[in-house]
Amino acid sequence: MTSLPAPAAKKLGLVIDLDTCVGCHACAVACKEWNDGGSFGPLTDENPYAAEPLGVWFNRVHSYEVTRTPTPCGGDAPAAATAATMSVHFPRSCLHCETPACVSVCPTGASYKRAGDGIVLVDEDKCIGCQLCSWACPYGAREFSARHGTMQKCTLCVDRIYNETLDEADRQPACVLACPTRARHFGDLGDEHSAVSKLVAERGGYALMPELGYRPVNRYLPPRPRRDTAAQPDAPKPEPLDRAQLSPLLRWVDRVLSR
Amino acid sequence: MPHAELKLDTPTGDVVKTTTCYMCACRCGIRVHLKDGRVRYIDGNPQHPVNRGVICAKGSAGIKQHYSPARLSKPLLRVGERGAGEFREIEWDEALELAAQWLGAIRARNPDELAFFTGRDQSQALTGWWAQQFGTVNYAAHGGFCSVNMAAAGLYTLGGSFWEFGEPDWERTKYLMLWGVAEDHDSNPIKTGLGKLKERGAKIVAVNPVRSGYGAIADEWVPINPGTDGLLAGALIHELLRTDRIDLDFLVRYTNAHHLVIHEPGAADDGLVARDALGHALCAARPGARHPAASRSGNVDYVVVRADEPDIAPLVVGEYLVGNARRAVPAFQLLAERYLDDGFSPDAVAPRCGVPAETIRRLARELATTAFDEAITLEQPWTDAWGREHATMTGRPVAMHAMRGISAHVNGFHTCRALHVLQMLLGAIDTPGSFRYQPPFPKPAPPANRPGRTRKDNGALDAAPLGFVHTPADLLVDAEGRPRRIDKAYSWEYPLAAHGLMHAVIRNAWAGDPYRIDTLLMFMANMGWNSAMNTTETRRMLCDRDPATGEYRIPHIIYADAYASETVAFADLVLPDTTYLERHDAISLLDRPISDADAASDAIRQPVVAPDRDVRPFQDVLLDLGARLNLPGMVDDAGQPKYPRGFAQYMVEHERAPGVGLLAGWRGADGTREGRGEPNPRQLEHYIAHGCHWHAPVPAAGRYYKMANRAYLDWAHGLGFIGAAEPVVLQLYCETLQRFRLAALGHGERQPPARERERVARHFDPLPQWYAALEGNEADAAYPLAAITQRPMFMYHAWGSQNAWLRQIAARNVLYLHPDTARAHGVADGDWIWLASPRARIRVQARHHAATAPGTLWTWNAIGKSKGAWKLAADAPESRDGFLLNHLIGDELDDGSYANADPVTGQAAWFDLRVRIECDAEPLLPGTRTLMIEGTCT
Repeated sequence: MTSLPAPAAKKLGLVIDLDTCVGCHACAVACKEWNDGGSFGPLTDENPYAAEPLGVWFNRVHSYEVTRTPTPCGGDAPAAATAATMSVHFPRSCLHCETPACVSVCPTGASYKRAGDGIVLVDEDKCIGCQLCSWACPYGAREFSARHGTMQKCTLCVDRIYNETLDEADRQPACVLACPTRARHFGDLGDEHSAVSKLVAERGGYALMPELGYRPVNRYLPPRPRRDTAAQPDAPKPEPLDRAQLSPLLRWVDRVLSR
Repeated sequence: MPHAELKLDTPTGDVVKTTTCYMCACRCGIRVHLKDGRVRYIDGNPQHPVNRGVICAKGSAGIKQHYSPARLSKPLLRVGERGAGEFREIEWDEALELAAQWLGAIRARNPDELAFFTGRDQSQALTGWWAQQFGTVNYAAHGGFCSVNMAAAGLYTLGGSFWEFGEPDWERTKYLMLWGVAEDHDSNPIKTGLGKLKERGAKIVAVNPVRSGYGAIADEWVPINPGTDGLLAGALIHELLRTDRIDLDFLVRYTNAHHLVIHEPGAADDGLVARDALGHALCAARPGARHPAASRSGNVDYVVVRADEPDIAPLVVGEYLVGNARRAVPAFQLLAERYLDDGFSPDAVAPRCGVPAETIRRLARELATTAFDEAITLEQPWTDAWGREHATMTGRPVAMHAMRGISAHVNGFHTCRALHVLQMLLGAIDTPGSFRYQPPFPKPAPPANRPGRTRKDNGALDAAPLGFVHTPADLLVDAEGRPRRIDKAYSWEYPLAAHGLMHAVIRNAWAGDPYRIDTLLMFMANMGWNSAMNTTETRRMLCDRDPATGEYRIPHIIYADAYASETVAFADLVLPDTTYLERHDAISLLDRPISDADAASDAIRQPVVAPDRDVRPFQDVLLDLGARLNLPGMVDDAGQPKYPRGFAQYMVEHERAPGVGLLAGWRGADGTREGRGEPNPRQLEHYIAHGCHWHAPVPAAGRYYKMANRAYLDWAHGLGFIGAAEPVVLQLYCETLQRFRLAALGHGERQPPARERERVARHFDPLPQWYAALEGNEADAAYPLAAITQRPMFMYHAWGSQNAWLRQIAARNVLYLHPDTARAHGVADGDWIWLASPRARIRVQARHHAATAPGTLWTWNAIGKSKGAWKLAADAPESRDGFLLNHLIGDELDDGSYANADPVTGQAAWFDLRVRIECDAEPLLPGTRTLMIEGTCT
């Protein structure tokens, strides 16, 4: 069993905005690309051009149709039948929990939580591939590489974020830099003044399944209230046009326009 | 590595080179990180104006594209039967000599016997010019299949268009309506823009039968029945007119709403704009100090004056006399009469659209409230085209964007026109907060360049093969009015076919209608698979022999591609291209610009790695072939190749007009000129030093109202974007269409043959109209469901979806249907079912999906592959389970009378597909390709 370090002030993590995620998989592939050739790669691909291509991904995007409170629609056909659901795209990766069971169950110390910044990593040299950690993680964040016989997972791009050979602006996780809708944010969630902490406070960011007690660091921002039918302006009272009596065109006859 | 030694400071690579992505048509700037001579990593270039550092799933997966096992490696000559995929490798010299031999004979005999069609490439500035020099009219790219309705409707109406040639004002719009957009041009900028809108709390409305990615984050999803968007737009227009919530001042300043239209039924000029002796459009206006002498119509005093005169008070309704006492009415009145008709009332269109009337009325109110009650004022002084100074810019913060869901129907041209009319009525064209033009647009509506029609003494065409017809005289028809192009573009059948009809080429060439060709040359155009409708039949036609001679009906097929795509198997000669990381390219303003609304941009690709195979960039090959054929412009006076160093040399040295070349940046001998200037031998070095792109900001005073903004027009003219710094008049009423209608009614020198008259007269309506289907293709009760595709964001565009990483996201597609639809047909989630159209039957797996309009079925495009293609294993899910709807879509109307295409533009109507569900006796038995397409083994 592996022990956890003393809680640190710094809690690096991601804030993922479910309001703007369009499910494009940019984050997932950018992650795959960076890490495949990086310090924690390769992320093996099994049968890349054959039946059932499978491989290791540190970040995956899932799409759901979820039921929401029905909106009174009063109409017929498509609108009424479809209004009660919403589509959510949900990127999933390691949440870098404060009390990660995946670490505490590890028999060799391969899984560990960094004392300084809270990033959860796997030391492949120590990993025996027992997969206890993937049983322990309720979030499905760990991936087993059958070829290497070891466990792999999101590193929060630890080999980017501290990498002084990169421009400072590039020292962010690959998924964050790639995201076209800017739905992903990286920072110190232990610092209440950080941009990500403020974002979480403003938008009501939440942790996934906090009741399990693993205290995830990553936060998800919920979809903002949708401005659909509720946002409608009051119906104006248009002048009734009795076309039998009066051509509707006549009201424009006296309009003085300026070119 | 043991983590005790974990090195967190490993450089990404040894070298970083910038270039331009080619994984879709978005053309983002990328940084390619190289390590030990191999590509280690590709990321977005933060300095690039298109993507500002972001990169999509495809862009990141470019590394797998570059190292794909499906790359071709050597020129191939067919040794087996067509379609069998049996080739022998040959040397480049043999390949080019053979091609030159075939093409040389054609050019000596009749250059039109070469049909040259390119795919979704971005090299049309070269390929179109090459076809022009060769002298064939039979050239086009992918646009006729893709979205020409958007381009044509936009360019004939606004002098600009949606697509990637315009954009919502992402910084200022408060209300964005997306029509038929599910991942599309301009992919990353749209996503980035949507992120900004969500942050600002702008409302996003997605009109689409399916709620996919963009719809998912929209505030409101309006599930609409496919092909009825023109009715919904019409009902919104109806409501705006009915409630008098329109911007009449905008209309008379920037559109032709006040232009007088001759109203003399039966006359040769009925429906044309009244003009003075010099051709200036006329309008009726209230008398004023400058024009005191008035006539009277009813109770209204009026004068007839030039419509472009500033500071007049134009009249937009009424009947007036012009010239020799001829009756005329303002265009606006005709439009108002059309749309105030009860046929466009929300109640009338609601059942057909599947959108409740109250929703339509509310959407119209929201549009008007945002445009007028929440108008914005920008403290930006500007001068209009007539020299008047304004202290501020008024903005109508309602923006729209539309793509395939609008275009890929037989009514797409008119539907797109209706959307532009809706925008005009709201005063929401190129104002703060609305749709904005991206330079070099706007251009005159329509743009001035006509398609080339005649050959010069040197065999070259007088102009590029693609352009814009203005009158029947510009058509490519013979003395009897028959089509001159193999695809019948610019004929009376599809007069405004500005992008050609890629989807008609193979059938017409096979049938010899209107004539036989000798060689079909294709570049990256997968016309034997997903760039075809009626795919099975199309593949059969490619292999069919003439029983009289035993020869193939299409005698020669030359195909250039970097990958072993489906069409390779049908080629006689295969010319292997490089990957996008191995060649030079110009992303030219003469072709498909990558500008944004605030700046003009162009870019290059540079080779960042050397090919490890015996392949050549297709652009180099074309120039080599051109020199072997002695084509004008490709050899010097001594007959020697003019561009022996290939396309890189051409990009720098070629001048389309004096001082105008493919690249606008760093021109002039010293590299200080922009837009126009003599060639600069060091131009590419400048591009490379600047991240491979050039970016010229529009002057601050010229960023809105570009159609009539002095600062913009002068700037655009200075850079060579427009021929004259004259305002662009938006065409609420499209006089060009009326010219064709008049010809069909028996007026003018060039008239359609008897067979085409009624059809041309019906569809060339100068005001937008709506029709459900074409004669010969009426809705058949036996096929009650609509079937469409959506573009998966991770495989947009379709090319290259054999990618090792992307196929892990989806290697098979399924058919999605609403649970109610499924229940009505007894289809359980996961069942295998048959999908039948009048053309074919395919076996597909069904999935319930609540975010689909009942009555519509859909699937992801781009996933289904032909067995054996793309170097995928024989049991790959793409060919075993994946499918294309293309097999079900007719390439012709059901009665065989015309192509399955918009009668105005020839746009392929692949979203008009109607199908029925047929249950399978063994719904749990998985599909295989042999079962999927009944009667064939493809």
